[in-house]
Amino acid sequence: MKTFFTSSIVRFLARRLLYSLVVLLGVLIVAFSLVHLVPGDPVRIALGTRYSPDAYQTLRAASGLDRPIVEQFFGYVGSALTGDLGVSFRNGDPVTLTLLDRLPATLSLAVVGIVIALLISVPAGIWAALREGRISDAVVRISSQFGVSIPDFWMGLLLIALFASTLGWLPTSGYQALSDNPAGWLRHVILPGLTVGLVAGAIMTRYIRSALLDVASMGYVRTARSKGLPPWVVTLRHIVRNALIPVLTITGIQLATILGGVIVVEVVFAWPGIGRLVYTAVAARDYPLIQGAVLLIAVLFLLVNLVVDVLYAVVDPRIRLS
Amino acid sequence: MTDMRLADEASGDESARVASWRLLLGNPVTTTSAVVLVGIVVVALTARRIAPYGTNKIDVADALQPPTGAHWFGTDELGRDIFSRVLLAAHASLQIALASVAFAFVVGVTIGVISGYRGGLLDAVLMRVVDVMFAFPVLLLALAIVAILAPGSATTILAIGIVYTPIFARVARASTLSVRVEPFVAVSRTLGTGHLYMLGRHILPNIAGPVIVQTSVSLAFAILSEAALSFLGLGIQPPEPSWGRMLFDAQGFVQRAWWMGVFPGAAIFATVLAFNLLGDGLRDVLDPKQRTMIEARRQR
Repeated sequence: MKTFFTSSIVRFLARRLLYSLVVLLGVLIVAFSLVHLVPGDPVRIALGTRYSPDAYQTLRAASGLDRPIVEQFFGYVGSALTGDLGVSFRNGDPVTLTLLDRLPATLSLAVVGIVIALLISVPAGIWAALREGRISDAVVRISSQFGVSIPDFWMGLLLIALFASTLGWLPTSGYQALSDNPAGWLRHVILPGLTVGLVAGAIMTRYIRSALLDVASMGYVRTARSKGLPPWVVTLRHIVRNALIPVLTITGIQLATILGGVIVVEVVFAWPGIGRLVYTAVAARDYPLIQGAVLLIAVLFLLVNLVVDVLYAVVDPRIRLS
Repeated sequence: MTDMRLADEASGDESARVASWRLLLGNPVTTTSAVVLVGIVVVALTARRIAPYGTNKIDVADALQPPTGAHWFGTDELGRDIFSRVLLAAHASLQIALASVAFAFVVGVTIGVISGYRGGLLDAVLMRVVDVMFAFPVLLLALAIVAILAPGSATTILAIGIVYTPIFARVARASTLSVRVEPFVAVSRTLGTGHLYMLGRHILPNIAGPVIVQTSVSLAFAILSEAALSFLGLGIQPPEPSWGRMLFDAQGFVQRAWWMGVFPGAAIFATVLAFNLLGDGLRDVLDPKQRTMIEARRQR
């Protein structure tokens, strides 16, 4: 039995890994193409007023753009797979090191954001689903729709106006590393974390509510109720447990989105993460840095999805056996 | 007998349609959203006539005035009237949202229908391309496109259009797959119906519900994406006003002039909320089972 379980898990994982590799190849093609889709000469555009024939030739050779395109592609893939993402057009720094330097800030914001989102959405989603059609359900639905519709950068500005500028409780912007100063880190992460978490929490609340309602309408829930089981047992054992899969899905998607997508929030709070790096790279037309960030974020997205898939297989035997 | 059944089905369709409209119009939230949206569109179309001041009428002596009778939403750091700029920016935001969603709609639905209808290798290849596009967060992909082309309204339309195309492709494909196996499609095929007629007569009308819902929700998020790009200075370019850019300008005046940030943000919020609520109402009527894929990967 154990062998069957293990082999089915391995088969499922192998299938998912193969799928991820196919998508990764597509992601690599997109990242590689970015610099080649630029109308005109990307090196010339990136140099701007710093242009000189020598600087041009040096940068062109350093970025490998003087080689044939097929050679460039395989060179790019080979280097990327070994962790070498080239050098910045702007300052010549290795892209991989620049990205790794920014990763902790983005990771800490993502973790705080998703924890806040879960703390809001799980109780709110369950509460609303159990009271479907009542006023409390309507309040949760309307609040979550408000959260989905609010621009996160506007919410960030409002939070800064209230908690930083008016009340002076928290800093308006900036970042301190967790390892250097835990208390300082916490003070700085609260407002951007809340901004990210409130929006993600609103999206997740809607999703969790509808997932629970889907499960609650299943025949086995009716059977459990008709057997005379206490309502909390039906809720916990039959409804919440079976709604875990969609909850996992939405948590994974939101985590992946926060990891790669909170560009504007990072800009509002001067948060030195990957998102703000992408923004400055786009403004400076630093193509290798844009390529590297795009690749890293897509790989993080694929990894999060892979982990979610593995958790699916652990939680739900139907998935790994299908 | 056949004629009678056809007549019954036709009247059944008609009564279902009437019931749908009744359900849609009977929902006060949906009707209010629709009315608000009509109001916003009218304001956007007539903004140049009804705005009390010009887009960029600078009056430094009047800078940073709080809301008054002369300036309902106050003035910015250059003394420009925020109320007029909020009205005028509505036009640009709605225009970009409509154009980009139209692009995503046409390209995405075409890809999705062909993929779902043909199946096989073509379907596998197209859906892997869609999977690859889904691996990038929406705003990141939009930024990458802006980095390739120069910032501006046309680039913004293209960038937002491209990033929302995969969602339409997935929705159209999923709906096509379910319609393709319906008995009436099989019957039509055995009667020798051509592919184009089949797509136009049977497939497209039957996938309209989910696609219409998706359009409403996508319009909401296209407005958010445009505001985000303009906030970053990579969307609509000055001197044309945009809600996102106004919020960017407000950043430095959070403490001194709250009105600079509150009103443009409220305009984005109200428009997005109205589209989302309308989408919710349409979903209840047209496609109750659909999960809001786009919400799950909403851009930041």
